Amino acid sequence: MDGSAGEHSVGIVAPQVARFTAPVTLKCGAVIDDYELVYETYGTLNAARSNAVLVCHALNASHHVAGVYADDPNNVGWWDNMIGPGKPVDTNRFFVIGVNNLGGCHGSTGPKSVNPATGKPWGGAFPVVTVEDWVATQARLADHLGIRQFAAVMGGSLGAMQSLTWAILFPERIRHAVVIACTPNLSAQNIAFNEVARQAIITDPDFHGGDYYAHGTTPKRGLRVARMVGHITYLSDDEMASKFGRQLKRGRLAYSFDTEFEIESYLRYQGNKFAEYFDANTYLRITKVLDYFDPAFEHGGNLARALAPAKASFLVISFTTDWRFSPERSREIVTALLDNRRDVTYAEIDAPHGHDAFLLDDHRYHRLVAAYFDRIAEEAGAPRAALDVPA
Amino acid sequence: MSANGKGIHRPDFAAIAEWVRPGSRVLDLGCGDGTLLRYLKSQRGVSGYGVEIADEKVLACVKNGVNVIQGDLERGLTEFEDQSFDYVILSQTLQAVKNSERIIRDMLRVGREGIVTFPNFGYWKNRLHVLAGYMPVSDNLPYEWFNTPNVHLCTIADFERFCRERRIRIVERKVLTSGAAVKWLPNLRGALAIYHFGNGA
Repeated sequence: MDGSAGEHSVGIVAPQVARFTAPVTLKCGAVIDDYELVYETYGTLNAARSNAVLVCHALNASHHVAGVYADDPNNVGWWDNMIGPGKPVDTNRFFVIGVNNLGGCHGSTGPKSVNPATGKPWGGAFPVVTVEDWVATQARLADHLGIRQFAAVMGGSLGAMQSLTWAILFPERIRHAVVIACTPNLSAQNIAFNEVARQAIITDPDFHGGDYYAHGTTPKRGLRVARMVGHITYLSDDEMASKFGRQLKRGRLAYSFDTEFEIESYLRYQGNKFAEYFDANTYLRITKVLDYFDPAFEHGGNLARALAPAKASFLVISFTTDWRFSPERSREIVTALLDNRRDVTYAEIDAPHGHDAFLLDDHRYHRLVAAYFDRIAEEAGAPRAALDVPA
Repeated sequence: MSANGKGIHRPDFAAIAEWVRPGSRVLDLGCGDGTLLRYLKSQRGVSGYGVEIADEKVLACVKNGVNVIQGDLERGLTEFEDQSFDYVILSQTLQAVKNSERIIRDMLRVGREGIVTFPNFGYWKNRLHVLAGYMPVSDNLPYEWFNTPNVHLCTIADFERFCRERRIRIVERKVLTSGAAVKWLPNLRGALAIYHFGNGA
């Protein structure tokens, strides 16, 4: 787990803030006049500005994609195994950007931020955002950084939805879309899990309609349950069985409601950890972002028509044991891309870990991404760095 | 591993390239490491995709710069629209699939024309092996009976009868032995059969 000292780490990184004063009209109709996005970059933008890669985060992650902070060496970026010097997305060749999305809780403008109109935190009044809103604001960040066109926009899960949306909304600004563990929309079951998570938060007495900052409380109990429910969906049944099985914490049944089984202990641990740092209002909104994602909706349910504007080449990857966004759902995306005669490569990785597999260091998966990014680098005129050439 | 137009070690690839019209859309079923698609891209400017089930080969396709869809041919080509390709190619795979007939049908559903290559079981050397009491092992049939992936071996005569009975029109045929064309007594003297076919007898 030590990503800090490894030779393949981007090393010490520092977040930056971009401020945008041009108002943005969100899909829900609300207007945000002024907002900030926190981001990090790794590697160097080449003279042709052709080697930029945007990494979009999923539900609970942030702009801190790779490397560590000088004052917090244990805080390793969430996709550090994928991004760094000599890694599949090689920062010796690519200029990689991680951004915390609008409505987030890691520094970008969100429910925790002060609403200039009231001088108080937005709280429950922060609008409900969508993938399209995120992509539109990411595009402004790209403008800010002088990037006209990304070599690739990549992400897993909700991050993949953003890369797909980039290809639809800004076809000229993205050469490759890397779409990992994605789905063209959430199933009723997916929405159901999200709704349980939301209800856990909203019904927490500490929630106060989302204005808990003013009350000096946080709906930690709700957030904890929300995370526990979510976490169940990220793992496969087999993975849970092999990791925890029916193992007991104390080796015997206690006939009580304490944590008896290891899986209970694990979920509580995950829930507690999450509730300490994540903002409940952000969590609520991100589950809505997921629920609303459905590019085909405005095209009579026809995904091929929704993807018709796309010009990018696609790498689509799914994981066999992902029951949250199953391979079948990725294949729907592939079919729609084939219907549009887009360049697409699709791989189905036989991994036991369920949805979470996209974050893990699976050899087959990483080699495939590395090979694909090799291709992107060659097109982008970003040759392999000298240090990779055998002596 | 890769082919840049030179060093093609599969004699059927050059034969296939001769039939494929420049700039056409090609689907290569069981595409392996993508060598054929890469060759057709460089020689004929084709666009298209390979379908491959094995992880290692999918990776090799990515390295070869060709589009590949990981999947199982036996499950049917559900991702692909009717008549969305000029050619659907099945090279050296027909004998290794469970439902050969369904694959041929699928090829002609998805593509306007099909190209198939297979080792001719009627080749005299194979016949000699069988006469001597053993399953044949050769360059085109490199496996032993106990480890062969081949489940539906056929002869040139078998394939042509199959096409005739199903009203599949054979457009062209090439028969090769050690890379050289065989014109006379192909079912006896030919080691490798290459067919170009379409709908309608």
